[in-house]
Amino acid sequence: MAVMTYREALNLALREEMRRDPDVFVIGEEVGLYEGAYKVTQGLLKEFGPKRIVDTPIAESGFTGVGIGAAMVGLRPVVEMMTFNFALLALDQIVNSAAKLNYMSGGQYNVPIVIRGPGGPAHQLAAQHSQSMEVYFYHVPGLKVVRPSTPMDAKGLLKSAIRDDNPVIFIESETLYNVKGEVSEDPDFLVPLGQAAVRREGTDVTVIAYMGMMYRAMEAAEELAKDGISVEIVDPRTLQPLDTETIIRSVRKTHRAVVVEAGAGFAGMGSEIATEITEEAFDDLDAPVARVTGAQAPMPYARSLERLKTPTKEKIADAIRQVCYANGSR
Amino acid sequence: MAVTKVVMPKLSEQMEAGKVIKWLKKEGDRVQSGDILAEVETDKADVEMEAFGSGVLRKILVSAGDKAPVGALIGVIAEEGDDINAVVAQAGGGAPSAAASSAGAKPAMADRPAAVPPQPKSEDHAERTPSPSKGPESPGIRRAQETVAQQPAVTEMAPRPQAPAAADGGRVKASPLARKIAAQSGVDLKLVHGSGPGGRIVRRDVEAAAAAPAAAAPAAAAAPSAAAPSPALRPVTPTVTGPEYEDVALSTMRAAIAKRMPLSKAPVPHFYVTSEVAMDRAWELREELNGLEGQPKISVNDLVIRTCALTLLHHPGVNASFQGESIRVFHRVHMGIAVALEEGLITPVLRDAHAKTLAQIAVEARDLAERARQRKLRTQELSGATFSISNLGMFDVRDFSAIINPPEGAILAVGSVRKVPVVTDEGLGVGRRMAMTISCDHRVMDGAMGARFLQDVKRLLEEPLRLLV
Repeated sequence: MAVMTYREALNLALREEMRRDPDVFVIGEEVGLYEGAYKVTQGLLKEFGPKRIVDTPIAESGFTGVGIGAAMVGLRPVVEMMTFNFALLALDQIVNSAAKLNYMSGGQYNVPIVIRGPGGPAHQLAAQHSQSMEVYFYHVPGLKVVRPSTPMDAKGLLKSAIRDDNPVIFIESETLYNVKGEVSEDPDFLVPLGQAAVRREGTDVTVIAYMGMMYRAMEAAEELAKDGISVEIVDPRTLQPLDTETIIRSVRKTHRAVVVEAGAGFAGMGSEIATEITEEAFDDLDAPVARVTGAQAPMPYARSLERLKTPTKEKIADAIRQVCYANGSR
Repeated sequence: MAVTKVVMPKLSEQMEAGKVIKWLKKEGDRVQSGDILAEVETDKADVEMEAFGSGVLRKILVSAGDKAPVGALIGVIAEEGDDINAVVAQAGGGAPSAAASSAGAKPAMADRPAAVPPQPKSEDHAERTPSPSKGPESPGIRRAQETVAQQPAVTEMAPRPQAPAAADGGRVKASPLARKIAAQSGVDLKLVHGSGPGGRIVRRDVEAAAAAPAAAAPAAAAAPSAAAPSPALRPVTPTVTGPEYEDVALSTMRAAIAKRMPLSKAPVPHFYVTSEVAMDRAWELREELNGLEGQPKISVNDLVIRTCALTLLHHPGVNASFQGESIRVFHRVHMGIAVALEEGLITPVLRDAHAKTLAQIAVEARDLAERARQRKLRTQELSGATFSISNLGMFDVRDFSAIINPPEGAILAVGSVRKVPVVTDEGLGVGRRMAMTISCDHRVMDGAMGARFLQDVKRLLEEPLRLLV
């Protein structure tokens, strides 16, 4: 175990996998000489050389297509999106090629590609660079979607994603790159895809949250503990496939659920999880499942408006009190 | 223009009330005659309920999870413009259906000789033809499922508080968990004050209500609390935490059994005849059959079913039912097979057992038992038995006696096949023996008749090759 940042954990995961498997390579804008816009690929060019750390022109559709083609002939590309918002330019490659080739070739081709980069709201990155991009991808059959919240998960999940034979969308966060935590230095350490983690045990309400929202929910839980409300926090970690079993098990225990997501709520992760809970654990619910989501609006640039658009610790705490029928205040 | 009343259908002979599990259509949905409207839980099975008229489901009067007596109005199908107020208003009393019942009533049993009712709705021929309405309704109202009103139970059950007169105002708002806990702890939600938003009853309200009676019994409560602070008393009594007992609410099935069994044991004069069968040859035959490839596995009970079915054809007096003024003797054997479930007991019917081979019986009996456990039996599979078999052999039971399931005239209780010492011509040997006890309705038959039947069952089981021809 070593304490390192989320960024360093990702870097270590790439390094270990590239050492382990010569088929793994990194491709994207500024990943080589500049060592990554967010320095995730720091030192990799020096260690692995330009054949395995490939700088590209500003052409997401093009280099994603190169990655998909390489994956089809047996390599294991890691495609970096400088921010995941730019993946919109490669959407056709990802949705129509990466996700579907295994199916459409009758299993003759698989596409073991990882497409990674930061996404979701950060600090004043405004409308075009703050989007919670996971919603565009988890709807597509054939894609796996990962959102790692901690340094340990960043490493373990990225390694699992690289070793997975399916296309994996791996969305990090600008706000988490400097978060520090314990990380296993064992090169065989993996966090399997499709397994949620219980971040905090509690008895009164289950909060399902990931990435920055998970940390805000933790703060809300600390505060509510003073009022005698015991909050359990489940971090799904992988959104597709989703570990509903862990979520349902928790809700069966607490009888209440709040889902938090940074993006706009309509047809979001909260809708999906709330539906799963209603289908699987209806008779265990003592209150309707509540959602805390971003507002149905583009992300404003102004700091004050940004705060209004995004779920805050206070909004999460309010929703928890509401499902616990403890909303005396506010 | 027709207004179709949707009433709680009568789906089994004993059914007096049913619970709407869920509505598959909601208010405002257009429905065609024959569409599945809702799923209904009876005391025996979960059954789909069809629409008997077309139009728009204008009103749902009994919401999912609530019960209604047989014949009670639970919904209304009509066209958009039709005035349904009169129909809905009548629902409160439940009187019209009761009135119709006495008018059009035949004795329920008289329907039964048509031994195989093909569909539950075959009994409902009345409403299939748009009969001119009798009774107080306005012309044109189709009397959905009239025959269901034959049961006197309707009048008896009608004035339940759930009778959906105030359809909207009367609905109890409670969280699913609160409902579940209330059902388990026997709390009547109608008496509970809801503390959630809009008066919703939530878990804490039900738990408070469930705890209230205990608090009201000061004598009982005082004793343990007085004992608690005195450590001197501790060593004397072992400390047991938790409540001393709990009252478990009757499941629908348990309630039906509790109600039905005294109706058998008290008025039906039972007598019992016990016999023991040498099962050595039947056992060998069964092993030989089960050794054959591609054959369904035959159980001992399958052998007993086949034996009884064949024997009953020669003893029609045992395959008979008391009818008050007469004894009905059946010429076909519909075998009731008791199946133990977690929450009770159910007796699906293997029809025309006398005409089926061992293999057919084995396959059908297993299918019935499996679906009984999943509560997937159709209603017609739960009625019409002429004789029943209850086998507790798998519980290592030597012998026992069973309670007759009226209107049947007899039931055979079968114990385990046991290895026992037996006296043979050469001395002492080991044999397989099985005890059987028949319970007979003395109004239908006498001891000798039951004994002769049992003797023939024994003979057949001891010469089991006859079962194959």
